[in-house]
Amino acid sequence: MSGCAPDLTLDPADEACLAGACGEGARLAAQLVVALGRIYGAGDLVPVGSVQVAGVSYRNLGAAGLGFLRDWAAKGASARVPALLNPAGIDLVAWREHGIPEAFARQQLAVIEAYRRLGVTPSCTCTPYLVGNVPRYGEHLAWSESSAVALANSVLGARTNREGGPSALAAAILGKTARYGLHLDAGRRAGMVIDVTCPLRSTADFGALGYLVGRLAGDAVPLLRLRACPEELLGQPDLVRSPYLPHLKGLGAAMAASGAVALYHIAGVTPEARVQGEALVAPGATHCTIADLAPGYAALNTAGAEVDIVSIGCPHASLGELAAAADLLQGRHTRTALWITSARATIEEARRCGIAEPLERAGARLIADTCLVVAPLQHYGFHAVATNSAKLACYAPGHCGLATRYGPLEACVEAAVSGVMRDA
Amino acid sequence: MSILLGRTICPGRARGQALVSEEPISFLGGVDPETGLVVDPRHPLAGCDITGRVLVFPTGKGSTVGSYVLYQLAQGGHAPAAIINARCEAIVATGAIISGIPAVDHIDITQIQSGQWLSIEEGGRVILDG
Repeated sequence: MSGCAPDLTLDPADEACLAGACGEGARLAAQLVVALGRIYGAGDLVPVGSVQVAGVSYRNLGAAGLGFLRDWAAKGASARVPALLNPAGIDLVAWREHGIPEAFARQQLAVIEAYRRLGVTPSCTCTPYLVGNVPRYGEHLAWSESSAVALANSVLGARTNREGGPSALAAAILGKTARYGLHLDAGRRAGMVIDVTCPLRSTADFGALGYLVGRLAGDAVPLLRLRACPEELLGQPDLVRSPYLPHLKGLGAAMAASGAVALYHIAGVTPEARVQGEALVAPGATHCTIADLAPGYAALNTAGAEVDIVSIGCPHASLGELAAAADLLQGRHTRTALWITSARATIEEARRCGIAEPLERAGARLIADTCLVVAPLQHYGFHAVATNSAKLACYAPGHCGLATRYGPLEACVEAAVSGVMRDA
Repeated sequence: MSILLGRTICPGRARGQALVSEEPISFLGGVDPETGLVVDPRHPLAGCDITGRVLVFPTGKGSTVGSYVLYQLAQGGHAPAAIINARCEAIVATGAIISGIPAVDHIDITQIQSGQWLSIEEGGRVILDG
């Protein structure tokens, strides 16, 4: 094999794939995984338990991306480990009701069809861990979407770098990814210790904290020491099923949006921090303190009090969040648009247990498969969004052309009913 | 004739005339996917056509969507003949591999001048004419 760096060891099966023994599609996938492994100084390839593939919205992929997917499908490439998709640009079923232009929807559905031929399941969500794909502690993954990567690494203790769209797809086809970065113990140690001395009173406080941490940490691994850590969080054995899931989901999503954090630790809370304690801190780690969340809230609120759309579900809402919104909206009616985005399986569950009905009767729109960050939002003419997502509040001004109001779920629901969200 | 020895990112042979940039390149927003022209007015190669050239630059930068720009260039016949980097990163590596553009890195690119003819050979070898 020409030009193979001596530091990347391939086993005979990898070599065979690279030589084309498993078909042209697999050869291309192997070539991509190996090249990226060399670039990042990987020692070898590691089998992955599951893959989550970004690069789904036609808004970001364009004609060239669609052409690439069709090309690989035509060459016989197919996923050999469970692989799911990130959100698409539309609700794959209800897009007509949502007024999505036909031409965009057709191209989006063609992308989904190409992924289906590649063996990737078209469940389009940034919360695969809420719809039956819960990685094990220590399991290696090749996931793409930044908030899902942060949650899998931090809250579950699984191991994934933030894969690009084609590299995740290649990992699904090969069943392996290059072992570097967050797959290694050394890459998971904290390069920054952050003492959080202010109290964390709400889910919104966790999001505002995440925003500030991301700005400080960049792409480092932070260890947060919460001076006023909620009791129920300490030693909680099953964080994904705990009442703090929305807090941790929002915290990681915000860090990954304002910075490039793919793994965070919380002392006494997240699994690796509980196992390793202070040993998790890398030699030479930097230290800083966050004593006030106000700068986070200030950065996330760019709009005046009036809003014309309210967004819940970035990352995709859990069943618990849908239930909480339904309680708050019982017997009321929205004045603004209220879009609630979630995984299709979560919404179906909400329909079965009677949570969807009060939401829709109040005027909320339940949207599956997509989210505001990847949808063709410019089409709707909204000006200001209220959201309980610090991640969306980060992206909305630049990416969607919307001014933002940011606050907890309760305040967002009140904003949907009144059209106004005042400072807390 | 001189030989520079680098590392294969995407295997393949190519021959062409060098187009050298001292600055990193962002393919998304930097290069028109339909014509191969460098369209970023602040880039030193602004207005140059990368079609069929051996594109020599330190490293890639910008959005990961840049990988698909390389793919679109290749589909439309406007890809560079090959890519030579000092240090290849994931966007360019991904774009080169999905597009079949031979690519080599770990090359001292200050040894290459724009307009010079050169060949990319197996094993990460770059052979400069003259």
